[in-house]
Amino acid sequence: MSVQWPSLVALVVLTAVVGLVWRGRQGRLRRHDGAAAGDASAVWAADLAALGALPGARATFLQFSAPVCAPCRATARVLGALSAGEPGVAHVEVDVETHLDLALRAGVLRTPTVLVLDAAGAEVARASGAMTPAQARAALAAVTPIDQPSGRNA
Amino acid sequence: MTRTHRTAPHTPEGTTAEPAGIDPRGPRVGAGITAALLAVVVLLGPTTPALVLLAVVALSFLPGAVRGPQATWQGWLFRLLVRPRLGSPEHLEDPRPPRFAQLVGLAVTGAGVVLGLAGVLAAVPWAAGIAFLAAALNATVGLCLGCELYLIGRRLRRARA
Repeated sequence: MSVQWPSLVALVVLTAVVGLVWRGRQGRLRRHDGAAAGDASAVWAADLAALGALPGARATFLQFSAPVCAPCRATARVLGALSAGEPGVAHVEVDVETHLDLALRAGVLRTPTVLVLDAAGAEVARASGAMTPAQARAALAAVTPIDQPSGRNA
Repeated sequence: MTRTHRTAPHTPEGTTAEPAGIDPRGPRVGAGITAALLAVVVLLGPTTPALVLLAVVALSFLPGAVRGPQATWQGWLFRLLVRPRLGSPEHLEDPRPPRFAQLVGLAVTGAGVVLGLAGVLAAVPWAAGIAFLAAALNATVGLCLGCELYLIGRRLRRARA
């Protein structure tokens, strides 16, 4: 019986690479493609209304969550605190289990995914994976770039 | 206080209450122990001892998949040896996400055991390797399998319907 050291070494290297790439992508803001921004599919105002949610006067964080997703809870805490502390910012959390159609239309593949919407409900950017308070503030700045920072640091 | 409009509670309809929270560090420590065992399975290669050890790991996933990771012997070791040395956790966590991960672990290692028993010993280190990847990522960077797989699973189910 030969001990399979090369297999284990290859596996550990693969795990390290996947882990670093995965961690680097967590909560990273991806700007909505400008070329496609004109189409109505990127405007979620009607969907917010259908959910019974009020859009924020400045920005809305539309968060897709699943029941089997622990980082969704952490991200909801971060975005809930941000919307409570900033005027005109709304946080709307959608359970993909009960709103699968909306998740499919939004092209959401993993949870949490956060759509960052402007005052008109149009998608400006999105981020998947757990969001830190700093990333949430950066996402808000992407909607309202001229806004004064509140001075609080994450 | 946070201000969030929730269109659906975290508790699925039909259940009465969210299950009691668990220490989120427990499942990650448990995943580290499991990853170490799976590494040994990979080292042993396509052999009978590897099959036996993989079966032990698969059986350890069983109580975790049914009741949650706190019900496994890894969870017991965490409470006995690790938790007394740590401060209290910042937040307690819903046991459902890690229970889903235990279910995925049971499926992957269980498939390896079944194939191994059927005579396909080559499947044993492969199943252990895939399960190692998930367990080691869970332990080191907090990868959440439910977050990555749940929606893809729902999409597939929808596509087949």
